[in-house]
Amino acid sequence: MTGTIVRIGWINLRRDRTALLLTFLLPIAFFSIFAMIFGGSSGGGTGRVEIAICDLDGSDGSRRLAAALAADPGLRATTETGDPPAPLTRESARMLVANGDLPVAVVIPKGFGDSMGQFAFGGGGSGAPESARVELLADSSDPVAPQLVFGLLQRAGMNAAPDLLARSGLSLFEKYAGGFTPQQKEAVDRILPELRGQAAAPNGGAAAGNGKTADAGTSSGIVPATIVDVLGESKKSGIIAFYAAGTGVMFLLFSMSAMSGTLLDDQESGALERLLTTPLGMTRLLLGKWIFMVAVGSAQLLVMFVFGAVVFGLELKQHLSGFAIMTLATAAAAAGLGLVLATVSRTRAQQSGMATIVILMMSAVGGSMFPRFLMSGTMQKIGLFTFNAWALDGFQKIFWYEQPLSAIVPQVCVLVVLAAAFLAVARRFARRWEAV
Amino acid sequence: MNGPAGSQALQVTGARKKYGVTEALRGVDLTLHRGEWLALLGPNGAGKTTLIRAIAGRVRLDAGAITLLGEPLDAAGGSGARAKLGVVPQDLALYPKLTARENLEVFGSLLGLAGTTLRERVRWGLDFTALAERAAERVEGFSGGMKRRLNIAAGVLHRPEVVLLDEPTVGVDPQSRQRIYEMLEGLRESGASLLMTTHQLDEVESLSGRIVIVDHGLVIADGSVPELIAKTLGGGRVVTARLHGPLQAAAAAALGGEAGAGTLSTRLQDLGAELPVWLSRVASGGGRIAELTVEAPSLHAVFLHLTGRELRE
Repeated sequence: MTGTIVRIGWINLRRDRTALLLTFLLPIAFFSIFAMIFGGSSGGGTGRVEIAICDLDGSDGSRRLAAALAADPGLRATTETGDPPAPLTRESARMLVANGDLPVAVVIPKGFGDSMGQFAFGGGGSGAPESARVELLADSSDPVAPQLVFGLLQRAGMNAAPDLLARSGLSLFEKYAGGFTPQQKEAVDRILPELRGQAAAPNGGAAAGNGKTADAGTSSGIVPATIVDVLGESKKSGIIAFYAAGTGVMFLLFSMSAMSGTLLDDQESGALERLLTTPLGMTRLLLGKWIFMVAVGSAQLLVMFVFGAVVFGLELKQHLSGFAIMTLATAAAAAGLGLVLATVSRTRAQQSGMATIVILMMSAVGGSMFPRFLMSGTMQKIGLFTFNAWALDGFQKIFWYEQPLSAIVPQVCVLVVLAAAFLAVARRFARRWEAV
Repeated sequence: MNGPAGSQALQVTGARKKYGVTEALRGVDLTLHRGEWLALLGPNGAGKTTLIRAIAGRVRLDAGAITLLGEPLDAAGGSGARAKLGVVPQDLALYPKLTARENLEVFGSLLGLAGTTLRERVRWGLDFTALAERAAERVEGFSGGMKRRLNIAAGVLHRPEVVLLDEPTVGVDPQSRQRIYEMLEGLRESGASLLMTTHQLDEVESLSGRIVIVDHGLVIADGSVPELIAKTLGGGRVVTARLHGPLQAAAAAALGGEAGAGTLSTRLQDLGAELPVWLSRVASGGGRIAELTVEAPSLHAVFLHLTGRELRE
């Protein structure tokens, strides 16, 4: 008898494709996504951090440091901007970070080359003049990138100018410990060109590294650097907005899916049959459902952001117009997707299962579960196929980067086009309910 | 259920519909007269629902034509004529979370009513269904009979001249069924023409309307119950005698009747003239009658005779 129950369970499971997918495919899909994000097995490797390098010193040492950074496999560096391209200034580098084009800009100050050796041997960098410290202009919405660049900066310093570091160290030794003997001087003179030669070699030995961040503060090390938060310290609101949007978009998708499922409820109750015998018609029926869903979805995001403003100090009032535009566009696309899921499904149970799979995967890849900047370059590109990514980018531009409304035009356009495309697809699939 | 013969309210001519290799309708001709209440019968899969859905605009015919009050009606168009059509689906096509009043308001609005007219018709619908006192209650708490009544009202709020009713009494108790038939009779008296599918043969028979029987996608009989009986089983009555003890088979055969377990029955065309003769022959054959019943042939018998199947098969 127990065997019969097992058999019934097996037959039911085998014949329920949605249950099969949820049981076996979804965990594998999720595992794969997480593995690609954190294991670097997406084919694109660990994501390279995009940086700007602004060399204000122009010395041999600063040039060698910049070159070593540019050659680092963990970084993708740019030294110019504009059209025609011009070397970066501190301000133009800062703007690149402030606009969210890249997370970190490395500014090598004047006098850096002269002070280079003192950093290493002057007491952990504390003896170096403040004016010679490298600045890491950072966007703190990405807390990982500045730390990573700081670590790579240390490695670049070691690899770029070992001869300079050694010379400086030897000078200090002579200063505090007395002079070298002629034989020692001869040996030093022999070894310094070799050290320089090593620095000039491809990668300068840097390839041996794996790009891990230095376990250090923000200013100690061979190359002392100061991490400067370009967007200011009062950006807590942006982080809250990021998580409000991330969570909001994911749950918006779930609620849109649930609401669009009323179409299948109507089908199962027979109400749809009755509706379609009235002058209403399928197009107006779908449009009515969509408008209602957009309204509820917008209200859902509004409630979440208002809660964020009241409880967590999210700066909603200051960004109301941008929020309204992004919310409407996001809700429009989410409602359209909900209708697609409903119209392609045969039953409510099927729609529910399919929606769970689609929404969780889109949210994982699109950045609703964890920031896309933590993902590899490939995964970030894949994420752009989800509207979560576009929605989150738009909200981030408004709340974090405080960019003007014109900056979110690409995001809004993509979301509006997606909404229209989803509606068209849903209308096409809904033909099965019309006269046959 | 009888309607006055007159101009046609609805006419279906040569309706054909094929789903893959299955021919659901194979050239159906059907006429519903103004003010008539027509019952459409047929076993499951006979083509009734396809026909009703085609008239309602939910199925596109491969061939044939449908006219409503003289105007052509098809799935793609006929929106003007379609406004004169009311559809009551077999499913309880209501919103359970909405109250009775809200359901009527919603469907009245979708049927093109607004403002004062809508309010008046909603009031009428609540009176019509005897649900005025429960107008503010959610439909999910209603009994099956109450939902059925509301289901009908929701389809006729716009005063249609022709009403399609697909199994309007399915799943309700006899009292509720009677109430629904009274509602439908009220509609007919107000001038609507009704086309109804049903499985309630006994009630169709007692309502004495015109009946159309469909099987294998074709109309196989059309007429009132007496007409159908006359056309298929002939006139006369079925006489059944319960006997004290079995009759010999040879004697039964000689009597020209059918012998059952302790019974003997025959069909007599002229009861007055033939019954005494038959009784005398039974007695002379050794049969001693304990009980005698005389019945007219039933619609059920006609149905079985025509289709070879029970209605629900």
